[in-house]
Amino acid sequence: MTVESTAARKPRRSSGTKRAAGAANAAAKPAAATAQTQDAVPQLVQLLTPEGDRVDNAENAEFAPFVADITTEDLRGLYRDMVMTRRFDGEATALQRQGELGLWASLLGQEAAQIGSGRALNDEDYVFPTYREHGVAWCRGVDPTNLLGMFRGVNHGGWDPNTNNFHLYTIVIGSQTLHATGYAMGVAKDGADSAVIAYFGDGASSQGDVAEAFTFSAVYNSPVVFFCQNNQWAISEPTERQMRVPLYQRAQGFGFPGVRVDGNDVLACLAVTRWALDRARRGEGPTLVEAFTYRMGAHTTSDDPTKYRRDEETAAWEAKDPILRLKAHLLATGGADEAFFTELEAESEAMGKRVREAVRAMPDPDTMAIFENVYADGHALVDEERAQFAAYLASFEEGH
Amino acid sequence: MAVEKMSIAKALNESLRKALEQDPKVLIMGEDVGKLGGVFRITDGLQKDFGEERVIDTPLAESGIVGTAIGLALRGYRPVVEIQFDGFVFPAYDQIVTQLAKMHARALGKVKMPVVVRIPYAGGIGAVEHHSESPEALFAHVPGLKVVSPSNASDAYWMLQQAILSDDPVIFFEPKRRYWDKGEVDFDAIPGELHKARVTREGSDVTLAAYGPMVKVCLEAAAAAAEEGKSVEVLDLRSMSPVDFDGIQASVEKTRRLVVVHEAPVFLGVGAEVAARITERCFYHLEAPVLRVGGFHAPYPPARLEDEYLPGLDRVLDAVDRSLAY
Repeated sequence: MTVESTAARKPRRSSGTKRAAGAANAAAKPAAATAQTQDAVPQLVQLLTPEGDRVDNAENAEFAPFVADITTEDLRGLYRDMVMTRRFDGEATALQRQGELGLWASLLGQEAAQIGSGRALNDEDYVFPTYREHGVAWCRGVDPTNLLGMFRGVNHGGWDPNTNNFHLYTIVIGSQTLHATGYAMGVAKDGADSAVIAYFGDGASSQGDVAEAFTFSAVYNSPVVFFCQNNQWAISEPTERQMRVPLYQRAQGFGFPGVRVDGNDVLACLAVTRWALDRARRGEGPTLVEAFTYRMGAHTTSDDPTKYRRDEETAAWEAKDPILRLKAHLLATGGADEAFFTELEAESEAMGKRVREAVRAMPDPDTMAIFENVYADGHALVDEERAQFAAYLASFEEGH
Repeated sequence: MAVEKMSIAKALNESLRKALEQDPKVLIMGEDVGKLGGVFRITDGLQKDFGEERVIDTPLAESGIVGTAIGLALRGYRPVVEIQFDGFVFPAYDQIVTQLAKMHARALGKVKMPVVVRIPYAGGIGAVEHHSESPEALFAHVPGLKVVSPSNASDAYWMLQQAILSDDPVIFFEPKRRYWDKGEVDFDAIPGELHKARVTREGSDVTLAAYGPMVKVCLEAAAAAAEEGKSVEVLDLRSMSPVDFDGIQASVEKTRRLVVVHEAPVFLGVGAEVAARITERCFYHLEAPVLRVGGFHAPYPPARLEDEYLPGLDRVLDAVDRSLAY
């Protein structure tokens, strides 16, 4: 069993889930902790094997009902999301190499974790991402070009978080887990039937803020899902430099369930995240989901993974590719034909072209934007310096 | 209830009570703020009257307190968080500086951060380490934050009201050794601007500029100087970000001499900024360089030495004499 909990299960809100019947019954049953060292083969909730075969076993039994409603068309949609996200990510990486972006944090290899969890969300749920959640942003309907502004250097975020309930990217590792927790505390106060999800990585799990977020969310029973993408590397630091026990087991010490899911299996990620969100919405508090995945590329375009990891390791993970896995499943089950893949290829190319053109057309901000939005209510010093700098700039135009 | 005499602590309590009454989105959060009413009893009775959902006892985790307050603000709440003592704010410093201060700018103005961080600060109560510090310059240096400190009961009441109503994050430094000083609070008054300095005592020979706990020391120094025939003006800055340079300039153009007094270390303190700006603005008015009186570049000392460390009447008067000697 991968589910562990000592949390109280008394629902706080009476309203139920929007999920299919049976969801409530599928909530976790407390189970004895399974002794496990990190050297042991990780226990994963998996619904699709790397070969694309459906899995039906005891470990996934309580989660599988959460994707019982998924149709073949839905599967094609998930596939499309992953392909489009990978294409966007590849375009951004290329744009960085061409000097159009100052930096890029690639999600290559993590498409299933992001699309699976992202598609589990309702519109009214709120997302607190790190700086790599391009796939989740896609699921939220955020225009991908909006994500590029901060990497191009024209802003530090730049979108309205409330338009898509998708908060700004957070660069300081783990800070956003506390924002998500506070937001979730507010959701609970409002009696809203929605949940909050906080994304972070295996490296962030070492940060004090993440531990404090676990503490606060547990004691206030906040409707938040902590979705950790364990991509095995925090820049050059492997997971064994972050923890000595499997990450998902940490939740037990804080009094809420932790689940490890195959992060390269989009269906399993969808199921487990729906399950966790369902708990949150029913007033059962936080959940930690550890999506066991792999960052196929560099941490960002400024590091070189060949310096710190072995080719064999990368190759082994290539065999677990999340997109190839679903493609194999779709082909084997007749869920999609070649025409579907060909059309999708053309669609993703068109999106890549649009992103490329949009980035190159992205204007630099006005110089005086330096002084904008520093304060909501204004500030005398900012006013003074804005006026001084404007006068200084004007002095050139006047030919002084 | 128009005008009432009360301590600064009581004025702060009344101010929080009013804020809780007026806006259901206002929350009080912090360590021991609920049942105990805060270690200084500033939140006394508030949880009893407004409940645990509005006046929230938190885990002992300062980064968590500020970080979750940011999330609550994003949800539309107006959290007023209490950091128990000045030296305990540093675990939260990351959240305050990297997140709270910048969220409005990063979102291009689309989100607001109406969070007040209340910090009982500065020395003079014989406390142990980390309970007597004056870190205001560290916060005033950060764009996106506003930093204020009241020196009397009326300001304690009204400035906290204004801080809570502000859509910007405000670091609200409470002079803990003045908590029990009493003064009149006019609950029907129309308060002055939050960031305006105030002439607390008129004078013509030299200006003493201070804020928070040092205003009282400066008023006592001015009274003592008057006995020696010196006319000292006392300016309560009230706000360290922004600083009311116009107000200081007006006073200096009258007295032509300025001494800035604070408990924090002098080096790179608020006084350094005031001295630099006023020198720029008032170079031809000044009869003497702007002088500073404050703490040393040393850790705040053990309580048995704090009377030597803290600027007192004699050190302030010595600076007045030095200024007048030019």
